[in-house]
Amino acid sequence: MGKVKNSPWLLHYDGSSCNGCDIEVLATLTPLYDAERFGIENTGDPMQADILLITGGINTQNQEVVRQLYNQMPRPKVVVAVGVCACTGGVFKDCYNVLGGADSTIPVDIYVPGCAARPQAIIDGIVKAVELFQKRSDRHDRYEIEQKEGGNANG
Amino acid sequence: MAEVIHPEDELRVIDWNLLLETAMEMKNAGLRLSQACVSYVAGKYELVYSFVNDETYKLTNVKVIMETTDWIPSICAFYPYALFYENEMKELYGVDVRMMEGTDLNNKLYRIRETTPLLPKEKK
Amino acid sequence: MGKRKVVPFGPQHPVLPEPIHLDLVMEDEKILEAVPNIGFVHRGLEGLIEKKDFNELIYIAERTCGICSYQHGMGYTETLEQIMGVEIPDRAKFLRSTWSELGRLHSHLLWLGLLADGFGFESLFYECWRIREKILDLHELTVGARLIFSVNKVGGVLRDITPEMQKTILETLDVVEEEVKNIQKTFLYDYSVQSRLKGIGVLSLQQVHDLGCAGPFARASGLNLDMRKLGYDAYPYIDFEPIISTDGDCFARCDVRTREIFQSIDIIRQIFAKMPEGDIAVPVKGMPNGEATVRIEQPRGEAVYYVKGNGKKLLDRMRIRTPTFANLPGLLETMKGADLSDVPLLILSIDPCISCTER
Repeated sequence: MGKVKNSPWLLHYDGSSCNGCDIEVLATLTPLYDAERFGIENTGDPMQADILLITGGINTQNQEVVRQLYNQMPRPKVVVAVGVCACTGGVFKDCYNVLGGADSTIPVDIYVPGCAARPQAIIDGIVKAVELFQKRSDRHDRYEIEQKEGGNANG
Repeated sequence: MAEVIHPEDELRVIDWNLLLETAMEMKNAGLRLSQACVSYVAGKYELVYSFVNDETYKLTNVKVIMETTDWIPSICAFYPYALFYENEMKELYGVDVRMMEGTDLNNKLYRIRETTPLLPKEKK
Repeated sequence: MGKRKVVPFGPQHPVLPEPIHLDLVMEDEKILEAVPNIGFVHRGLEGLIEKKDFNELIYIAERTCGICSYQHGMGYTETLEQIMGVEIPDRAKFLRSTWSELGRLHSHLLWLGLLADGFGFESLFYECWRIREKILDLHELTVGARLIFSVNKVGGVLRDITPEMQKTILETLDVVEEEVKNIQKTFLYDYSVQSRLKGIGVLSLQQVHDLGCAGPFARASGLNLDMRKLGYDAYPYIDFEPIISTDGDCFARCDVRTREIFQSIDIIRQIFAKMPEGDIAVPVKGMPNGEATVRIEQPRGEAVYYVKGNGKKLLDRMRIRTPTFANLPGLLETMKGADLSDVPLLILSIDPCISCTER
């Protein structure tokens, strides 16, 4: 991992998961596996979050909720799908109420498989998400600087 | 060896018009409604209500077999928390439960898009 | 007379681990009633009986919930064994009880941590979960997975616990017992914890009986009800009594669950002292034909399993009634007259497992 300039904050939402992957996500943030050493903090507010961790599949009731959470997060943002139910629908793919994985509703960047996903794999996914967030943040900063200089030249 | 209480379970099959009387008898005996479910077997609905005695741990299953066109009264007058079980029966299997003043959620317990998803396709 | 307003709570909230929506009808900081709106976790897994046969349904039943996952698989398998008339060997019964009690330990420690996070005591939350990791290491030692382990089959279990593993388990449980005694002092005697938990959400014995509640939530109000007294698996050979308190508030529920941790450690010691030798499984032929109802004691209360088969591979009905489904009316009753700031603690005090409820 290269140099990390900022500390991205995390938002965790459970959409129709069995709770196994949620418990493992919370266990990743406790002192034994300690994902917080990368500067990450688990916040409950979507408007202050940079990385979204989704567990569980999408069903007809929570499709709107997930879309609203994704829209409330400010750009740049990264989405990580944790667990095989969030990747493709998992064991419950044929159920009448499950529409699929998280990518049926929002664009997903990183997929972490497993049932339940182990904390070591979740840390791997979070590290990749932090690197990707750094790249997007740099690109966003350069775009803003170009806009400002373009505006000064015209104005 | 520790003390173990394992009474025999009981199964009663009754007609639908005796349901309210049986529920009143169970309530007066101090039994608790443990669960209520419905299955679709051979073209008919089979409803099973489980009542449990908390002192002797005895389980009494009350079974009602009815046609899909019949209706069944609600037992919420004796067991107010039965509304969750009865709304689930209505929403997932399409059982016609009547006399549910004030406890009918109008198929909005789980708010799913399909109607009566657990009935086989040829019956809908 | 103040003005009435409706405050929506959930489905995404910093203190909630799972999505549930409540509409709180309030008048000036006091709640008049709470109207629930569930269905966010409804997958409809009881509809999978049309597509998967009765052996594959063991894997589906286990994934109903990730915390009480072992007991769901065990309850469903015992119902099938009762229908097919299969008697499993004694050693398999003792092994199933061991994993059951380890599951109860990890579930109660998880709940204690979430309760501490609910009233803002984050370092206590991290401490409880650090102790819980030792129990998950024991899971990994005996079965190979941390949360969801498919070790049940119709006729017995698939893996054995050797005497070396038993020695490691007993040594780890000694360490866990010492550490839980330390944090128990904080939960029971600390002034700020008591002021958040005492006198909140009181339910009397008559109310608990009328609302049909189960598990530690009901035992904290004085109801003497524990399904382990029915004597399934190894429990006829174990000496224990249900743990009861009479106050009926959130503090009593915390007290009951903490004492159940010590009781579970004691039960595992008795199980290892009396475990018989023998096979761990018997071969089984045929298809299930008939119906059966089985009740077991999960960490959250009484769970009822009803299965009906007709002699073919696909079942007619599989029904799981989980303890949180029975405790929901009790939760709505405790909300009446409560303050808005106590709502997260009241929801956490029934130990909600919404994915179990909605399946």
